[in-house]
Amino acid sequence: MDWIIPIFVVIPLGLAFILPIIGKNRRVGDVLTNLATLALLCFAIYSIKFAKSTIVYKLGNWQPVKGIPIGIYMVLDGLSIFMLVTVNLVAFMCTLYSINYMEKFTDKTRYYTLFLLMLAGMNGVILTGDFFNLFVFLEIAAIASYALVAFGTEAEELEAAFKYQVMGSIGSAFILLGITLLYSYTGTLNMADVSRVLITKGVSKLVIFVSVLFIVGFGLKSAIMPFHMWLPDAHPSAPAPISAMLSGVLIKTLGIYALVRVFFNVIGTNPVILNTIIVLSIISMVLGILLAMVQRDLKRLLAYSSISHVGLILLGVGLGTPLGMLGGLFHLLNHAVFKSLLFLNSGAIVYSAGTRDLDNMGGLRNNMPVTADTSLVASMAISGIPPFNGFWSKLLIIFACVEAGRPWLAVFAIVASIVTIGVFMKLQKQAFFGESKVDISKIKEVPGFMVFAMIVLAILCVVLGLILLPKLRPIFLNPVVDILKNGLEYSVRVLR
Amino acid sequence: MIYYFIAILIFVIGLYGLLVKRNLFKIIIALIIMEYANFLLFALIGFRKEGTAPIQPIVGGKVFVDPLPQALVLTAIVIGLGTTALIVALAVRIYEKYGTLDIRKIKKLKG
Repeated sequence: MDWIIPIFVVIPLGLAFILPIIGKNRRVGDVLTNLATLALLCFAIYSIKFAKSTIVYKLGNWQPVKGIPIGIYMVLDGLSIFMLVTVNLVAFMCTLYSINYMEKFTDKTRYYTLFLLMLAGMNGVILTGDFFNLFVFLEIAAIASYALVAFGTEAEELEAAFKYQVMGSIGSAFILLGITLLYSYTGTLNMADVSRVLITKGVSKLVIFVSVLFIVGFGLKSAIMPFHMWLPDAHPSAPAPISAMLSGVLIKTLGIYALVRVFFNVIGTNPVILNTIIVLSIISMVLGILLAMVQRDLKRLLAYSSISHVGLILLGVGLGTPLGMLGGLFHLLNHAVFKSLLFLNSGAIVYSAGTRDLDNMGGLRNNMPVTADTSLVASMAISGIPPFNGFWSKLLIIFACVEAGRPWLAVFAIVASIVTIGVFMKLQKQAFFGESKVDISKIKEVPGFMVFAMIVLAILCVVLGLILLPKLRPIFLNPVVDILKNGLEYSVRVLR
Repeated sequence: MIYYFIAILIFVIGLYGLLVKRNLFKIIIALIIMEYANFLLFALIGFRKEGTAPIQPIVGGKVFVDPLPQALVLTAIVIGLGTTALIVALAVRIYEKYGTLDIRKIKKLKG
């Protein structure tokens, strides 16, 4: 069954190079890109079948010599499948949305090329089992995202992209330095092999230094609080579907997934690392949402709320208990869905009303009913109102805090949650309800594909809570928790 | 051992330059210094004293230098070229829009 693994990288990477040659007509780009992302989503859903097993694909069929792996491994296990489904779901919705939204930009073909490169990089990061390969895919995704942030080439966008690239390059440099030092200590780059060597050789001061480098590097990529400065500029500056991809999945793939994989499966966790993650996550959770409260720009508000939710996800994972990991990773999926929906809503407002400033909006509910309703659903999901998916994951994280014997952490989560309700009530009131100060009689609902993408995501917001049911949980969520719970068995499962 | 520390020192010089310089192109040069210090360290880790090139069979107790870091540094240099080209292009476009290279004057965003 290992043929399925390279497909996730080959389809987007191959199409990214073919598209500039054959994509002179912009309809060709629309059709091919959407078919590619739809195919990737189907493959990702099909791969759920293998969630309980670990499948290894050896690039170029280089077999291990005397049990020591040579060549590059790609690994498909429960955690990878979970991330693949999340990433490719959001990617498909964003390409559907782009068909109409990107019409006003001049070069749609290059946009799709960069989009597919970013997707190839993210799928690669999720599937790789090799440290240097991780770095290469991480850079592919990051470079494509720098270029996409600057895609409008206005003054603000260029400034944001420059800032983003400087911060991102520092993160990459720290990650590469960490990989270099880890190679000097273990003499191998295969993640499973590194883990095995670290178990036999023991942890030295060098490995602790490497852990710090990785926390800083992946922390910069995932924008947890002391390393967040680029995010509130970069995410609003990008075109709306790209904001949805960046906030919805990129920071989670390059940041949280890589951090979790490296610490839980390779280096191994200890209370010091977990507590560091928890402290950082508490800071970003509370301060992120407080900063969101004072924003006047719709997309900046959403960007700051992303920082807060990254903190919430890392709080769940950092508790280190099975329930906490379940809550954290489930919240990762939920946040990808409702935050990308909110960014698509903001894009719809920009498309029709032409403004991002909350002061110049109001009363859009009558003109844009679908946007208003889907945005209301997403706002209720993100604030944790009961039947929606956000409620269940927040509840799990809060229960996990209490179960782990640290109820004061739950207090922070509840406070952040309450402030979130306030922030999104303000958003709803100023954008969709109330009276407008400017003439809005000419504003119309957005075109068909944009509406369709938003409705699908809104339906997912309602039904995703169902995958916590005891019948459905063993299929999708339990394998993920097993991967993290039995962290260091990763090397045994891969090298077998 | 001293070579490793020199490589780390160059890395820290790059980081310092990144923090204190105000000119866009000086920031880019600082980034490049950081990257290349990394590559230098990686190549040094593969070095073995009196090692031969890893292309011929070993004769009489000699040792190879480790070929893996060399291959990887080559890849990393290519990636570095890509990022550098992109960031220089961004800096040129910023200069066209703002008419300055001083980051204190480039502040339409309030991050």
